[in-house]
Amino acid sequence: MADNKISSWSALTAGWIRQNPTFVQVLGLCPVLAVSTSAENALGMGLATLGVLALSNLFISFVRNVIPNEVRIPVYISIIAGFVTMVNLLMHGYTYSLWLSLGIYIPLIVVNCIPLGRAEAFASKNTPWKSFLDGLGMGMGFLGAIMLIGITRELFDAGTIFGYRIWPAAYNVFVIALPPGAFLVIGLYMGLFKYIGRMRGQKRIQGSGESK
Amino acid sequence: MNVNFGELFALMFSAMLVYNFLLSRFLGMCSFFGVSQKIDTAVGMSIAVIFVMVISGISAWLLNLLLIAWNLEFLQILVFVLVIAALVQLIEIFVKKTNPVLYNALGIYLPLITTNCAVLGVVLLNLNQNYDLLQTIFNTVGSALGYALAIILFASIRERLSIDELPPVFDGMPAAFITAFILSMSFMAFTGMIKA
Repeated sequence: MADNKISSWSALTAGWIRQNPTFVQVLGLCPVLAVSTSAENALGMGLATLGVLALSNLFISFVRNVIPNEVRIPVYISIIAGFVTMVNLLMHGYTYSLWLSLGIYIPLIVVNCIPLGRAEAFASKNTPWKSFLDGLGMGMGFLGAIMLIGITRELFDAGTIFGYRIWPAAYNVFVIALPPGAFLVIGLYMGLFKYIGRMRGQKRIQGSGESK
Repeated sequence: MNVNFGELFALMFSAMLVYNFLLSRFLGMCSFFGVSQKIDTAVGMSIAVIFVMVISGISAWLLNLLLIAWNLEFLQILVFVLVIAALVQLIEIFVKKTNPVLYNALGIYLPLITTNCAVLGVVLLNLNQNYDLLQTIFNTVGSALGYALAIILFASIRERLSIDELPPVFDGMPAAFITAFILSMSFMAFTGMIKA
């Protein structure tokens, strides 16, 4: 569509802040909420999603002109499921304890809205190289967001970051590591970003995927 | 066959309230925030999800027997996703023909049930726990009802909130997350109900 207008650089950087999948598009929240209890889990999940996103975008873009329009969604899902299966088996083989703590959320990358959303919105209309960059950028945006939340939750729950102690255990906030804490942390971050956006007089961050 | 219905109902209620899909397992978040602005759409979405979830939960359990028989367990993810996608297509055709108003109201979210983690999530959880068929049915029904309960409650609160004047920084999505936080806190009170 707008193939010629999108430069490689803007395809890569769109996902970092401007169209951040978590905070601006509000997509693919399940893993962000569920496995962000520690920085290590968040890093593992973020990298797994990044790999799947970049590779599935690349391959979907390769076959974009061959697939009939009516069956495109099942084809996209099959491609994504293939990569997710690979990541799942790789993590089972090489990082077993991480695989255990991430549990069913690794296979669930396949139904994460981000890979399918990018396939539909970007990879089905753009060249493989740009789609790869777009997947990479979106994956980085996702990784950044989940890391931010993972680090915050680990810090307030255990007083540590990646296991290094920052403050004594006595200052911990119990609720942050429990399920409700995930909602609270994301809600507060969204409010904070909106506030920063207003302070800088920008309208970009405020849209947050919802029109009033 | 000796069936313990007390245990089955405990399983169902713990799936519905204690391990609520939306509020404690965080599955199906896109729809939780996406279609919860109005109670009507939330109800429509829950009906669709209950339907898809129960049917795909049972058919995935049966299909898994085949996969194990043929030593094809590594294809689980792919097969289950495709089964769910096919079911969603069927339901989409059905709703389009019978209830166009609901079809328009659900809009993009009906095809998106395919990528609703809750449906695949319940399938994978059933397999991870090695449930038999009856346990699978009760767990799936409980999870689906829990989904409906949480999203309808959440939609009612958001509908009420949309009339209120909120601080501009928290208007919209941030307020929705804070609401979900409070709702999730209240659901944690059910934790004591089920003995571990």
